[in-house]
Amino acid sequence: MSEIAATSKITPRRAGSQAWWNAVNAWLLLLPAAVLLVGFTHYPILATIRRSLFVTKRNGTEAFVGLDNYQAMVADPIFWKALVNNFWFALGTIPTSIALALIMAIWVNRNMRGRGFLRLAYFTPTVLPMIAVANIWLFFYTPDYGLLDQLRSLFGLGGWNWLGDPSTVMGCLVVMVIWKEAGFFMIFYLAALQQLSPDLDEAASIEGASRWYIFRRITFPLLMPTTLFVAINAVINSFKLVDHLVIMTKGGPNNASTLLLYYIYEVAFTFQDASYAATLTVVLLILLSAVALVKFGYLDRRIHYQ
Amino acid sequence: MLMAATFAALSMGARPAAAVDLTMYYPVAVGGPVTKIIDDIVSRFEKENADIKVTAVYAGNYTDTMTKAMTAMKGGQPPQLSVLLSTDVFTLMDENAIVPIDGLVSDKAWFKEFYPAFMANGQIDGKTWSIPFQRSTIVLYWNKDAFKEAGLDPEKAPASWDEMVEMSKKLIKKDASGNTTRWGVEIPSTGYGYWMLQALAIENGQKMMNEPGNEVYLTAPKTVAALDYWVDLSRKHNVAPAGSIDWATLRTDFLEGKTAMMWHTTGNLTAVKDAAKFPFGVAMLPAKERRGSPTGGGSFYIFKSASPEQQKAAVKFIQWMTAPERAAEWSMKTGYVAVSPAAYKTKAMEEYAKGFPQATVARDQLEHAVPELSVHENGRIYKFVNDAIQAAITSSQKPQEALASAQAQADRVLRTYK
Repeated sequence: MSEIAATSKITPRRAGSQAWWNAVNAWLLLLPAAVLLVGFTHYPILATIRRSLFVTKRNGTEAFVGLDNYQAMVADPIFWKALVNNFWFALGTIPTSIALALIMAIWVNRNMRGRGFLRLAYFTPTVLPMIAVANIWLFFYTPDYGLLDQLRSLFGLGGWNWLGDPSTVMGCLVVMVIWKEAGFFMIFYLAALQQLSPDLDEAASIEGASRWYIFRRITFPLLMPTTLFVAINAVINSFKLVDHLVIMTKGGPNNASTLLLYYIYEVAFTFQDASYAATLTVVLLILLSAVALVKFGYLDRRIHYQ
Repeated sequence: MLMAATFAALSMGARPAAAVDLTMYYPVAVGGPVTKIIDDIVSRFEKENADIKVTAVYAGNYTDTMTKAMTAMKGGQPPQLSVLLSTDVFTLMDENAIVPIDGLVSDKAWFKEFYPAFMANGQIDGKTWSIPFQRSTIVLYWNKDAFKEAGLDPEKAPASWDEMVEMSKKLIKKDASGNTTRWGVEIPSTGYGYWMLQALAIENGQKMMNEPGNEVYLTAPKTVAALDYWVDLSRKHNVAPAGSIDWATLRTDFLEGKTAMMWHTTGNLTAVKDAAKFPFGVAMLPAKERRGSPTGGGSFYIFKSASPEQQKAAVKFIQWMTAPERAAEWSMKTGYVAVSPAAYKTKAMEEYAKGFPQATVARDQLEHAVPELSVHENGRIYKFVNDAIQAAITSSQKPQEALASAQAQADRVLRTYK
């Protein structure tokens, strides 16, 4: 009450200082977030770019080498392999896990018996720690002893080295990641579905629209903001995978399952080559920035928000 | 009440003012309760030396432990000592991480107590950079029941490459639908593939690296022939499973009778002994031109950043850990080769070896042993060699091609050390 009384007494002459005070206030309120953002995002990005232009000598001194690190990267077959692997990995995981998430969400959005249990079951993979997930799937994939090979042996088939064979290892990882991600994305779709007004559905069915037509022309377009959000997350996740690789394949055999971030980890910590790791990180930054640009510059404007 | 309890706990935990704190990282690369054994030995050391406190930190496999130690060092919190691969010595020297141990001990005769084959990796430019601890060689384990079943002499392991193939062909067992239920021999290709390839190369009469550690010989015809032989075991002779064989699960394969023979570190000996439900033998690796195996395993390193008191305490700890009685105990509990001849002369070890002669095979093989592949930028070079082995084993490349590509990459990395 007293504040309101105070504001009403402001004279025009003091309005200027009031605006100034408001600005200070706003900046002070933004400061904690800004400090964190600069300290943990913007500064590290600049430091990484700078470091990629230098090499650290064995005696600890730095020397400017310009684009040498980038030249070495272009000539590095493992880098290209990691990049190509990452492309196939993203292509394998993103569309499938999103489609699966949507189907699961529509399924558990209906009124039915055991709905809570089903939702929980779908969501469980998401809450498991990454290392536990890797161990569970090792149990499936281990040659001879694993669940898959036990099943194969029922049909008289011999053991298959799932993770030790360059032709199957990527597929194995893709399946595992879809299993883990679909349940997570389902939650967003489920929340979005529950926001949709049932009136639209009813109106459409009175008009005689089929269920498929309603989904295609009403539900799915209205879910687009969620789809975009989920898609961005899926892209980020497909570049973020590293824990599973450490446990399950170490990027092998012969780099068949090396992804970009795992290679960065290996270069930075196993080979202790910080400047080359920084160079690789810059590539990752560029890739992810491109994704963000597409989202904000193009997709956002084409999507209908309620 | 709570405060009083806290205070009491604190004052009980307080140590004399002269106490020295040491942190040690160590790896585990074999089966069995190794962390428990280490904790037990360390706590006995602390009891005898009240002024030194040692925190032993299990840090994963050898690569992980090295990664952890180097990362901790760059973060400003290095351990004071660590057990790392004996072959990490060049990298640790290049990174300026460790001190030579010569300056820290008054009696240099101590260095002569160890097997020279184990000291070889750590002595560079006349200085001693590491003290051997959990050292090993590769040995051949064989299942005597399987040999009997195949009509072979259960007391005789293959002595040559050709003999190993011939025996393996007899040891193969298939089920009704034609799937192999028992392989002749398995050599692990993940984890430490370079180590196995080096063993084959040595037997074929080929060195893998030079002394200054800036050259590797991956495309030498005899190295290529070694990898050819390895690949042929599965591709041509069909006595080993196709594709990569996992370091960690191979022991299980052997114990489950899925392979009649395996090549593995002697560090696994006690774990195999404790779990085997059949009589088994341990032999030196078969010969081509000669017998041979690289030495392997971990040594103690002392970090430069440790204070003089800590370095002195670390030496004391290492001397205690490698003393004959402890070396014998460690060897009996794991299977690693005891690091000094004196350890094999202890009463406990002599009695143990009488009842279990397999325990001395790795030691006897030392006379044929060669230092493990050790060069500058070890981590990178190992990756190139391991990648080439995996490419050849999984048939994505011919051994010759795969090794040529590894050699080219290794040359590029090692160029700066010439």
